[in-house]
Amino acid sequence: MDDLLSEFLTETNENLDVADSELVKFEQDPNNAEILNNIFRLVHTIKGTCGFIGLPRLATLTHAAETLMDRFREGMAVTPEAVSLVLTTIDRVKEILAAIEANEGQEPEGSDEDLISQLETLAAGGTLVDDPFDDLALQEEPAAEPEVAETAEAEPEEELDELERLFRETEVEPPKPMPPLATARADAEAKPVPAAEPKPAPVAEAKPAAAKEQAEPAAKAARAAAAAGAEEHHQAQSNVSSQSIRVSVETLENLMTTVSELVLTRNQLMEIARRSEDADYKVSLQRLTTVTGELQEAVMRTRMQPIGNAWQKLPRIVRDLARELGKTIELEMTGADTELDRQVLDLIKDPLTHMIRNSADHGLEMPADRRAKGKSEKGMIRLSAYHEGGHIVIEIADDGRGLDIERIKAKAIENGLTTEADVAKLTDAQIYRFIFAAGFSTAAKVTSVSGRGVGMDVVRSNIELIGGSVEVRSKPGEGSTFLIKIPLTLAIVPALIVAAAGERFAIPQLSVVELVRIQANSEHTIERLKGANVLRLRDKLLPIFPLADLLNVGRQTETNLEDSFIAVIQVGSQTFGIVVDAVFHTEEIVVKPMTSRLRHISMFSGSTILGDGRVIMIIDPNGIAQSAATTIDVGQANAAAQTEAANDDEAEAVSLLLFRAGTKEPKAVPLSLITRLEEIEHDRIEHSNGQAMVQYRGTLIPLVFAHESTKEREEGTFPVLIFSDDNRSAGLVVDEIVDIVEDHLDVQLPSEEPGALGAAIIHGQATAVLDVGHFLSIAFKDWFARSKEASTAPRGELVLVDDSTFFRNLIKPVLEGVGYDVKGFAAAADAIEYLRSGTDVDVVVSDIDMPEIDGFEFAEVIRGELGHRDLPIIAVSGGTCTPQSLERARAAGFTDYIAKFDRAGLIAALTEFDRHVRGEAA
Amino acid sequence: MSNTTLEVLTSDRQFVTARIAGKLFGLPIEAVHEVFSPEGITLVPLSPSEIEGVLNLRGRIVTMINLRRVLGLEDRSEETRMAIGLEDRNETFGLIIDEVGEVLTLDTGAHEPPPSNLDKRWADIVSGVHRLSGELLLILDVKRVLGGIATAEAA
Repeated sequence: MDDLLSEFLTETNENLDVADSELVKFEQDPNNAEILNNIFRLVHTIKGTCGFIGLPRLATLTHAAETLMDRFREGMAVTPEAVSLVLTTIDRVKEILAAIEANEGQEPEGSDEDLISQLETLAAGGTLVDDPFDDLALQEEPAAEPEVAETAEAEPEEELDELERLFRETEVEPPKPMPPLATARADAEAKPVPAAEPKPAPVAEAKPAAAKEQAEPAAKAARAAAAAGAEEHHQAQSNVSSQSIRVSVETLENLMTTVSELVLTRNQLMEIARRSEDADYKVSLQRLTTVTGELQEAVMRTRMQPIGNAWQKLPRIVRDLARELGKTIELEMTGADTELDRQVLDLIKDPLTHMIRNSADHGLEMPADRRAKGKSEKGMIRLSAYHEGGHIVIEIADDGRGLDIERIKAKAIENGLTTEADVAKLTDAQIYRFIFAAGFSTAAKVTSVSGRGVGMDVVRSNIELIGGSVEVRSKPGEGSTFLIKIPLTLAIVPALIVAAAGERFAIPQLSVVELVRIQANSEHTIERLKGANVLRLRDKLLPIFPLADLLNVGRQTETNLEDSFIAVIQVGSQTFGIVVDAVFHTEEIVVKPMTSRLRHISMFSGSTILGDGRVIMIIDPNGIAQSAATTIDVGQANAAAQTEAANDDEAEAVSLLLFRAGTKEPKAVPLSLITRLEEIEHDRIEHSNGQAMVQYRGTLIPLVFAHESTKEREEGTFPVLIFSDDNRSAGLVVDEIVDIVEDHLDVQLPSEEPGALGAAIIHGQATAVLDVGHFLSIAFKDWFARSKEASTAPRGELVLVDDSTFFRNLIKPVLEGVGYDVKGFAAAADAIEYLRSGTDVDVVVSDIDMPEIDGFEFAEVIRGELGHRDLPIIAVSGGTCTPQSLERARAAGFTDYIAKFDRAGLIAALTEFDRHVRGEAA
Repeated sequence: MSNTTLEVLTSDRQFVTARIAGKLFGLPIEAVHEVFSPEGITLVPLSPSEIEGVLNLRGRIVTMINLRRVLGLEDRSEETRMAIGLEDRNETFGLIIDEVGEVLTLDTGAHEPPPSNLDKRWADIVSGVHRLSGELLLILDVKRVLGGIATAEAA
């Protein structure tokens, strides 16, 4: 394809886009002569150039459109129908252009007679069949229509053109406007071949006006004058554009690469300068640094384009959509001149278009519905762009119905993205995020516009691809807002250089929210919940991931965790921490794409060369977020982690959850008893029969308030401790979670207060230790009773020996719950006495570490002295379950050995014995 | 061998020789951009094992492929190693080998197909064998070495 043609194609496509949006504006403001002139000029230019290049089909089509446009200029009423026709014509022109591009410059076969005849009919003042609006419009404004226009035919118009052309040929052309190259050439070459002369862009419309007057009625004079004014305005603009030149993108890319190299070299020199004392060298380097910085900025600016370029097609799209959907939609755009890198711009064009379509189709209601809700019939879509820090934020807001959270939930479950159980604990923001999942569409019916379930996932991945993020906010009945955050440029980004497992990595600073230093005894500490690590940062629990683990390098030992840095990363609505060994500095890094052989590693977005010449990998926060699970499941941790927990009141430390409820002093509950921590919004709390409930994981669970005053709070969210047992859960609502501590649980004062086991000194402060059983029995008036019924029958008598009142109180209700008649003893001696008395005991549960007679001795006595050979004796121990201790317990005569906090295990063991006994009896 | 038929027109070709685990390999000289000493390699976590890492060679990021690993041999870490720079679709790669030898001019007409009982990992990247006096020279198919890494990624 020759240069001229490709030039023409690029330029014409640009012009058409402008014409598109101008036409939509014009439809809304038909009296604006300036807009009309703009459009006319654009179509005119295209027509002229087509004739020149030898594209007769295009020339004929655009000529017909131009004729109609000229009628408008003469004052013919503008109807939506006419605008639609012109828009359709523009679409046809685009199709032909695309075909020309594909066919290496040949116009495709085909006829545009259909469009041309319609255009001519309208231009002749006629109406298209089946359009009632046009008639109306004509009747409304008959006065505004000069008689000439009505009688004018295409023929005289053509003659007019001819006249104008001849007139121009004799004129010396004034400086050329917009398409500088094409028209300039056109002029130069056109003169010897008058028949093929294109219409040069009608710069000097005012001048030929004089000539026109001979052929035209005087009525046109006034209009010509008006046009002259508009032309002058245009002239000013076009002078600016004639000072710019077209540079191929490739040239700019090469320039950018070269500058990137320069930046790298500068960085390397600076690294050397740090070790050098040479003052002269440093001064020169300083200068080089400044110049490099300026150059970098200048080159970046050449790549910058106003975001409005990506928006150009939107008004047209919205207009067409509105007509198709039968809605009235206004698109308001602000910040169109916000600039960003063209590479980024190209990548967001499609996602943006898609989101606008979505807002128009799903977001906005039908006019009738809007009226019913007391809103204006006209739906608003606001598109705005602005700079914020090193990135650009694009907002797409509609004032429609908002996202339907229930439908998203249902759909998410239907699509297997989540389960009934899990969806209940998700926040609204998390639920909204499902709309970005692949194949997700909540549109009840598939329209031609949307509802096919492709798109939002592509939108998200496109945006994330360029290091951006997308977020949704929505209010039922008030509309939804999509927030897209994208980096200004992809080429050079500020990054944080960190070290993990002896290697350095760069984390783009854009996604780093803060840095946290972790040291022994520092205010932020890391909790281990089973395999997962959690950072307690202010009032939040953040999942944290050692970078070395994520990348599967090195071995992060626990001691490293105690002295490390955590980069808190935010990706969309996900926040998490990455644990690194060291943080060096921030550096402007030049992003180099990963080699094709390594591009599949989602953890990296690229690589870069540091000042010292080393190549390092750039961490991709999105990749990390994907591999990072976010749920914090406290419960899973129990069985394993808590075997270490204490039994002995004096010596062993227990993990305790400290919280506040009502009073100022903290209250404590052993962490091991808690399955989960949840935040529940006040609104989600329901009441039934005076009992507070909440929907949790698909079922209703009862809530108990740890203090009366908590109940009175009317809003906000409550931390809730979830206790689960045997598939049943209950929640204890508290005011605030304070801390998780390891301390000796030494209940010193018994408590009179119901619900408290007593007071203990925890971390130097008097703390009420709560009796979970008490609250559970309030929650489920039948918590224990029910399970008693559920179990087949009373299981007989159980002797429970534990010197710790706390644990006796803890285990007793559980055992009673499964049907045992529990006799509790604080000392083994008392229990021996009781057993000796000849009562029919069915099972013994005993602690190991006890003063005076310990568990082993106790078991030996039962087996030996008391002669109970078959009586099941279960050891519950706070110590770790080592093979040695197990061995020793077996030798002493214990039937089973269970970790103290493993209630489920204890019950399972008891049930096993029970079945065994019954089986024998039968 | 289909890829040698392309060069049938000129039967004499120059080969850069490289030694790996005592075996002599030859690379067509047109494919070789440079020979350098691989220093300052940055490991890339989660990468295929054949890729030893990346390094900065005069401002270009070079992906280093450990030919010993490609051939299923043990790494030799202590001794000095060399690398052969290759280009493939605007990307730079470095093949890490034990040592670089002289450039030999060989008659491609004398190439023989690799023996059928050659280890698959070797057969995958060796396009032919040339009998020198005293030892065999294995002709490396550079495209297949690089292509093998790409397919490993897809798998």
